Amino acid sequence: MERVSLRIAAAVLLAFCVTGCKQSANTSATSEAQNSAQNLNGAGATFPYPIYSRWFSEFASAHPGVHINYQSIGSGGGIRQVSEQTVDFGASDGPMTDQQLAASKVPLMHIPSVLGAVVPVYNIPGVTGSLNLAPDVIADIYLGKITKWNDPRLAKDNPGVKFPSTAILPVYRSDGSGTTYIFTDFLSKVSPEWATKVGKSTSVKWPVGIGQKGNEGVAGMVRQSPSSFGYVELIYALQNKMTYGAVRNASGKFVLASTDGVTAAAAAAASSMPADYRVSITNASGDASYPISSFTWFLIPTHSSDAAKTATLKEFLTWMLDHGESEASSMGYAPLPAQVQSMVRQSIANLH
Amino acid sequence: MPPSRMTTERESGPSMPVEPSLSSSVFAAADPSSGGATPSLIRTYLSKRGSGRVADNSFAALMLICACSIFAIVTFIFWILTVRSHLSLVQFGWKFFSRSAWDPVSGDFGALPFIYGTLATSLPALLIAVPPALGVAVFVTELCPKPLRAPISFLTELLAAIPSVVYGLWGVFVLVPLIRDVVGPFLSKTLGWTGFFSGPNFGVGLLTAGIILAIMILPIISSLTRDIMLAVPNSQREGVLALGATRWEMIRVGVLRNSRIGIVGAVMLGLGRALGETMAVTMVIGNHPNISKSLFAPANTLASVIAGEFTEATGDLYLSALIEIGLALFLVTIVVNAIARLLVWAVTRGAPVGAA
Repeated sequence: MERVSLRIAAAVLLAFCVTGCKQSANTSATSEAQNSAQNLNGAGATFPYPIYSRWFSEFASAHPGVHINYQSIGSGGGIRQVSEQTVDFGASDGPMTDQQLAASKVPLMHIPSVLGAVVPVYNIPGVTGSLNLAPDVIADIYLGKITKWNDPRLAKDNPGVKFPSTAILPVYRSDGSGTTYIFTDFLSKVSPEWATKVGKSTSVKWPVGIGQKGNEGVAGMVRQSPSSFGYVELIYALQNKMTYGAVRNASGKFVLASTDGVTAAAAAAASSMPADYRVSITNASGDASYPISSFTWFLIPTHSSDAAKTATLKEFLTWMLDHGESEASSMGYAPLPAQVQSMVRQSIANLH
Repeated sequence: MPPSRMTTERESGPSMPVEPSLSSSVFAAADPSSGGATPSLIRTYLSKRGSGRVADNSFAALMLICACSIFAIVTFIFWILTVRSHLSLVQFGWKFFSRSAWDPVSGDFGALPFIYGTLATSLPALLIAVPPALGVAVFVTELCPKPLRAPISFLTELLAAIPSVVYGLWGVFVLVPLIRDVVGPFLSKTLGWTGFFSGPNFGVGLLTAGIILAIMILPIISSLTRDIMLAVPNSQREGVLALGATRWEMIRVGVLRNSRIGIVGAVMLGLGRALGETMAVTMVIGNHPNISKSLFAPANTLASVIAGEFTEATGDLYLSALIEIGLALFLVTIVVNAIARLLVWAVTRGAPVGAA
């Protein structure tokens, strides 16, 4: 019996070898075939992934033979991969720094695609409606300076709301994320203490609170922990029908987040839009502007040795402006304001 | 074995496109024992094939390569981790492992809070999991009525097969509220004076992570321990009982004593899983890198900080520091395993001959 099983084992081993070789031969053949077709590879931000994947599939069905792969590996990964030229384009929720641009193997251009916003969420026993939140109050909650819900500064902006005297549990994103970047960028602008003590990044050193993974982690924690406070993307709050707070903008108005409010913030910044689009629109002026808003960008190489790829990219970006932007609102993203769209059109023409 | 079957087997041999050296060397080794019945057949076959030296040597070489690949893999992992964390190694030196800063904005990194978090969740997990795991194993092997044995074993193994994210979800929705509203207040009232259960309790933190880990490693430890105890020969049990021992004494002297090396090994495998567990821990530990004596405090582990921050780490130093965190996890695992080896060595020094 022993011999039989040995024979079988040897045969199985051989079979594995043969199939293994075949498989590797197959995969290399298919990858070659794919490269010769009109195929674009991109990687980056997870935040705009829902609308990007819809755009890419619609664009592909409108343009037979074109295929765009997008891997939502995170903004950091997108910046790295496009800098090393392992993908044809990247995507990021935060603009690249000068240092990162200098380190890139290929000159890159930021092309804004849509806008998103971050909203404060909370779970306060006995409080159901939308709260008015001043920027300095939000900063001080995360700095650990406002520790109880019945703080007079909270009560001042919310007359008539009966706050409990319980301790606030601040919740933040433990994974690096564009959401955290936008939120901390806003806090850095409105609180000098935040700017010096903490700063802005995709993940920061939070003075107090607990971290949870993803929008769903933060939302879940806030939902089930009485007396907690957190922040999530607007699109997530809308889809899950969560109550969120109105934030006071630079013009002194409390604004409840909406795609219109976000586009208004972008429009307010459009007049002073730099040519490379690397602009932060948090705490934008204007009565209707929602203050915790941001662009999300495609990272496009300004020059590619593969002319066909550049042509396809240009075609896609033009399609995005013509057709894609109109779909943004229905998916919870804010479309680019008209002024920015015409700027982007000119920038696309300069790609070669 | 009927001779006819042997013949067919042999005839089919050469036609099979198997590496001949592999199978023939085994034939040469196995034949002398069964050779007596039909000497001529086997002898002609063997003489036709020549000696098995080439086969033996190539087999030995193949096995050596397999064995060496383990060294190669470990070295390769260590090398890659060191190379990719070069920037951070240069910047912070060995102090990286004793620094407690973690500030991606200003580029100030240290691994100590994460090392602390990893150990301070894994060790309580062991403390909680080992006694019941041993209890389950002893019960199943020594005391359990026959009809109950299979269901208990099956359920233990089922518990081991549940994906960790499911444990994490269960932790978030069941364990966290339970700790926050029931267990936590009770512990702080009764054991608050120790300092381990003081401070605000939000339900997420070291304690919750430790309990989740304990539940995850319990089935591993108990099913391994059960197999080890089953391997203790019955003669040991009978011998001890024949000397007039009670059932408990039989279990203690005859079974536990004989299988202690294996039990330590099983515990170490469980600890290995606890050290590297990522998903379930990330969901309930609070992910706030600080060092606190209270088990209610949120913390962070080596594995969960890598899982959480790697994808969005943009700066080179930041990325390098995260890879060095991986190196720290690698080193912590090695150190813990070395301690386990020492423990096994210390335990086996006085072991009886023929111990399991």
